[in-house]
Formats: sequence, C-alpha cells, structure tokens
Amino acid sequence: MSKAVVFYLHVHQPYRLRHYTVFDSGVNHDYFDADYEAQTSNERILRKVAEKSYLPTNRRLLRLLQENPEFKLSLSITGVVIEQLERWFPEALESFRLLTETGRVEIIGETYHHSLAFFYNREEFEIQVDMHRRKVQEVFGQTPVVFRNTELAYNNDLAQWADQAGYQGILAEGWDPILGWRSPNYLYQPAYTDRIRLLMKNYRLSDDIAFRFGDRQWSEWPLTADKFAHWLSEDHKANLFNIFIDYETFGEHQWDESGIFGFLEHMPREWLKTAGHTFLKASEATTACDPVDRVDVPQTVTWADTERDLSAWLGNAMQSSSINDLYSLRDTIIGSNDLALIEDWRRLQTSDHFYYMCTKWFNDGDIHAYFSPYDTPYEAYINFMNAYRDLQFRLAEKGVLV
Amino acid sequence: MLGWELPPHNSGGLGIACYQLCRALSKQDVDIEFVLPYQADYDVDFMTVTPTQPTGNAASGQLVGAYDSHWYVPGEGGRWPNLHAPGQQYEQAVARLAEEREFDIVHAHDWLTFRAALRVKELKHCPIVLHVHSVESDRAGRPDGNPMVQEIESLALRLADQVVAVSEHTKRAIMRDYGIPADKIEVVHNSIDTASLPPLDTDNAYHYLSAMKGLGYRVVVNVGRLTIQKGLPNLLRAAQKVVEREPKTLFLFVGSGEQYHELIEQAAGLGIGRNVLFAGFQRGKNWRDAFAIGDLFVLPSVSEPFGLTPLEAIGYGTPVLISKQSGISEVLNNCLKVDYWDIDEMANAITSVVRNPALQNELWQNAYQEYKRLSWDEAGAKIGRLYNRQLAGATA
Repeated sequence: MSKAVVFYLHVHQPYRLRHYTVFDSGVNHDYFDADYEAQTSNERILRKVAEKSYLPTNRRLLRLLQENPEFKLSLSITGVVIEQLERWFPEALESFRLLTETGRVEIIGETYHHSLAFFYNREEFEIQVDMHRRKVQEVFGQTPVVFRNTELAYNNDLAQWADQAGYQGILAEGWDPILGWRSPNYLYQPAYTDRIRLLMKNYRLSDDIAFRFGDRQWSEWPLTADKFAHWLSEDHKANLFNIFIDYETFGEHQWDESGIFGFLEHMPREWLKTAGHTFLKASEATTACDPVDRVDVPQTVTWADTERDLSAWLGNAMQSSSINDLYSLRDTIIGSNDLALIEDWRRLQTSDHFYYMCTKWFNDGDIHAYFSPYDTPYEAYINFMNAYRDLQFRLAEKGVLV
Repeated sequence: MLGWELPPHNSGGLGIACYQLCRALSKQDVDIEFVLPYQADYDVDFMTVTPTQPTGNAASGQLVGAYDSHWYVPGEGGRWPNLHAPGQQYEQAVARLAEEREFDIVHAHDWLTFRAALRVKELKHCPIVLHVHSVESDRAGRPDGNPMVQEIESLALRLADQVVAVSEHTKRAIMRDYGIPADKIEVVHNSIDTASLPPLDTDNAYHYLSAMKGLGYRVVVNVGRLTIQKGLPNLLRAAQKVVEREPKTLFLFVGSGEQYHELIEQAAGLGIGRNVLFAGFQRGKNWRDAFAIGDLFVLPSVSEPFGLTPLEAIGYGTPVLISKQSGISEVLNNCLKVDYWDIDEMANAITSVVRNPALQNELWQNAYQEYKRLSWDEAGAKIGRLYNRQLAGATA
C-alpha cells in the first residue's frame, strides 16, 4: 500500500488571567480582561499570534491545498481560541474557514475549554466536548469523527470513552515505554475497545520540526524539505507518519527568519514527488489500513516534557490543590444556572493556568524556557486562587454557601 | 544619634522606634541631630535630620535595609545589593561630621551604624550608647549569621559605654551571643504612640474578607516580613489544624520576604490553599485595614526582639496571639501566648478565638486598656537618665 503523512496541527490560546489581587476578589469579576498593554492581555497576544503565525501560515496552507490536490491536513482548534478570533480577529478565523472549504482539512474533536476535565468530572468533560462539536459545526460546517484530549493526555479509559461515543479514531503520543519495540508509523487499536483506531504521534519527526528546526547546534541543521522527505522514505515498511505539532510552530515558536515557512511550502511537494506517497486526513487514516496491534495504556500519557505525563500541569501541590478546589465547585456552579459564572468557571479550567504554576523548570533556574505570561509560578497560583475566591464570593452572593 | 532609617522610608520597625524615641527624648530637653545615610524630606521639628549623602534619594538608600545583614559582604558592585560600601561611606561621613560638631554623647541604632559610633569614640573620646533592636542571630534565624556582622556587633558592644536592649529577650541574646555582662545592658522597651496611628476609613480595603465575614467566616491575620525569624511555617501548620476543625477560617498574610514562595507552596501542600490569602507588601490603607479585618492577629516569631505589630493590631481593634519568644510578651498581659514551636497549642488558641466571640471581645477590651496606657515617654525618661549617668561618669 501507499505511504501517508498525517499532518495534524493544534491551535489554541487560553483566556489568561490578568494581575488579580486579594483586593479584586469580591469586587471586580473581570479576571480575563487585562489592559491592552499588559503582559496578560488576551487581545494583544491573540493579535500578535494571528499576525505572526495564523495569517501567514494559512495563506501558505491554502496555496498548498490549491496547488497539490493530494495535500491534506487535520486541525484541532479549541472553542476558546475560536471565540477570541471571532471577537478580535475575524479575518484570521476566516482564513481557517477557507482551508476547511477545500474539503481536505478535517477538524479534530476535543474539549471546548482545553481542559483536563476528563480526569476530574466525566459529565463536565462530555458537556465541553459537546460544546466544542457544536461550535465546530457552526463555524466550519463539519462534525469531528476523530478525538484528541487536551495536551494529548491519553489512557485506556479515554479510548474506551471515545469508542463508545462513536469516534473513528483517537490521537496519542507515540511514547517508547508504551510502544516498546513497536513503531508509531502504523495504525493501532486501543486495548479493550471494539471499533476505534489509534494514531500515535511520531515525536522524533514531529519535534524535528517543532523544536529543533531553528537550532543551529543541532547536527541536522539546517533541516530542508527534501531531507525530511528522504527520512520518511527510509522507513520502507511504514504506512503512516503521524506528524503532530502545535500550530504556533509556524511563525511563533520558529520565527519566519528560521526559514520555517519555506520548509512548509516545500515539504508537501518533496514528499509527493515519489509515487505512492500521499497525505491523509486523520479519519481517512483510520480506514486506510488495518491495525497491526493493540496498545495498552493504563497510565496517562501526554505529549509534554521528557516525563510525558501530567506533571507539568498537576505535578506540584499548588497545581493539584487548586484544580481540585476548582472542580469541587462544580455542582454548586452548575446549580446556580448563572451562565456568566459557569463560563468563568470553565475558562479557569483551561490547562494553561495550571501549566503556568509549574515549578519544574523554575527550580532549575531555566526561567527563559518557561512559557508563561507570569513572572513566577507562585504569582500564577496567587492570581488563580484570587479569581477562584471571587467565584466563591459570587456563589455566596446568590445564597449558595461553599 | 546615628540611624539607618526613619519613616516613611523605613523597611520595618527600626525606623519607627528611632523616630518615636527621639521625639520622647526631645521632651527631656535633649538636643538631637539624627544622622541618616540617605537624603529625604522630613517634616520633623523636634530634632535636626542630617543626611550623609547630600545627593541621592531615599529609594536607593533603602534598596536593602538593616535587616538584610546577609548582604554585608566584602567587595562592591556586581548584580546583588551590598551593604558594605554604604556602611563605609556612612562611617567616613560621620567621622567628618564629628570633627565639625559639638556634642556630648553618641547614640547609635543597630549594627550598621556601630562602626561609625566606634570611630567617633576614637576621635572625640565621648561616651557611646549602642541601642540593639535586633542581634545577628535574630536576623539570620539561627546562631551562625553573617560572621562579618557578628564581628562588628561583638567588638562594638564590648567597647560601648552603655548598651540598650529593646527587651529582656534581646538582653539575654546579647549576653548569650557576645558575653556582654548583664549590668552593662539596660532594657528600654519599645512602645507605641497611640495618637500617631492613622484612623481607619469606614470601608475596609479587603472587600472579599468583609463579605466572607458576613457569611460567618473568621479571619486570622499576620502582618510582617515573610522571613525565617517570623516563624510563619509553624503558623501555616497550625492553620491546617484550625481549618480541619473550623473550615470557615481564612488566613491573611500581608508582607513580602524571602520565604514568600516557600509559604505559598506550603499552604498549597497542606491542602489549605483556598483558606490562605497572600496580599504581598502593603502600605497605608491596605496595611491598616489588614489589622482591622482580623478576628485575631498572630505573631508566631521564633525570635522577636520587640514586635510592634501586635500593638498596632490592638490599636485597630483586633486581639493578639504572640509567641513567648517575643519582646512584646514582656510588656503585654492581655493576650494569648504560646511557644513558637508548639503548633498544637497555637492551633488550639486560634480555634478558641474564632469559635468564641466572647473570648475575642474580652481579650481585645482588656488589651486595649493596656494599649491606651502605653507611651514612649517612659522610654524617653529612661534614656534621659541613662545619658545623665554617662555624662556624670565622663566628667568624674
């Protein structure tokens, strides 16, 4: 059979919390509305990312789709970033919509709020997945049939859930301790499931683009499109190359000056040069071949850090206690029937808030590697808890004691 | 008078104590020239304030204060602040001033000014009184502080004509750390000028806490530097035990310091993250209102030479729990006292107050009667007598 690249990009921007102190709790409920010039201004950051990444990348992707009938890709785009684009940069959202109009761009399902709700409240999780599905139907006119969880956090339970929910496929990190001697370049089936198929990220190839591309110390620098295509060709038996990367790799993590856009423009053509080479949308990949084996993942695997677990979000006491506190409010929040309150509570579930509290790198002194709008993880925690207390206050105002 | 800070440019209680003491002394007909290491505008009519640096501003002088004695190291420049060069500049400037001025006695406050006092004694052979507001082992939170600072304290206290300690607690520390004989050290307790406490507004800045109190929550407050000497990890461990019994108890910490991050993580780790609020460093209204919002103020210091904040809390209507290892516990009777290490007892005392409004009220009412009788006049009179003894001795 032919060899296919499954090219999948993830688009997300959280609602960051503004500098929010004990003096704001109980007084101001505008946690997400920083001044435009502030480090935590969502509008300013969204505009910057749209201009540096979304618009130039989509322009190139659209041209690639027009010029190469075999080029296809898959996108996941969270509800919270769609909302922000609608509000502050409709032109950028339109550029995503134009891609999907070609019929060769598939939207992957996930939670609307980019949350870790699956691990805390199944009912809440399902509501957020449903919210996302509706938003995707409304904006892009398609219904996701392949699922990815936030941060690619995956385990057997998630696969079972997605199987029963009717998804054709699910995405996960192709992490060596799970795969053992096996290669990620094939189609798999999750353990204990009936129909669903598992696509596993080839993290070496993906990270060559996402992390190493601009690194001049890297022995393979500079990475050219034909070199990359050649690497793929070298695995003669493989069916699928699952290249999963953050969308912002293009123009934001790897700057224009690195040549990343040139790489994007040439990679599809270099790959398609050889007969039998093609691109597949994620859903097509689930039916293009038979699964070669079952993969058992009892413990949660993510796509982050060398640990590939949830420790970047839940690894320290600030993270685990604050997320537990947040989910403990669920029944009272939902019971309040106050839509604004419920929405603020959901925005606080976005995994980025907990990521900002991570001390793994902060303790190493490698603060620059630390991608956060806050100066320290402690500040992120203080901010979060002050907003949390305001939610409590708003509940108390309604006569609900928590 | 040699000092390192005066309000409003003070980093803590040292500047306030100097200011109030000088004011009380001026009533004893003592003519004071207060020499400061930085330039600032002071509206002070009871003494002359002389900066040693004609230019420069208060902010640069206060980059680090007398408490930050770990920043007294040889050398200069670099990325960290260093008190060594400012200390030397101050000493030289004081020596120059001493040549120009006529005076009877030199009174110096804490280690940063002690070298200057010794220099003046050498030049002019006048008596020097060294006033100890804290010793190095207090600031370091352990017996071995900065050896250079200990060297200064050791030498200066030996050569001093008279040593003044702000509490019996501090007097014992001076005897223990430096072997100074008891009869050379006079205890002059700090006090509070009750009239100088700015009044509260009708609304409190901590709206959230006010609202939660309306819902039956109780608030326990600590105001001060988040530093090892203050014993705050023990307060958090006690807080955990309190919250187990009384979940509607909130703890407010106002201040900053090197333990800030550690305390935040500790609160989260103890599972009381939602009960503990950190407001950061505050001045003015936000600072005053923190005392006022409390149902109880806690000073859990491992070692506290005096401890002014409990008196301020009482002035703003809040009863106090203090550690037995604080100088203030020698002055104040109507309060709860625990050993700083006795976390169970600390939790017991806090729980009792938050559960029992009658106890809270009784504690405060009686403390307030004590508070109203406090003034710096007694301290001023004591120091005045001490000066007279020194001058009589010098002429004899």
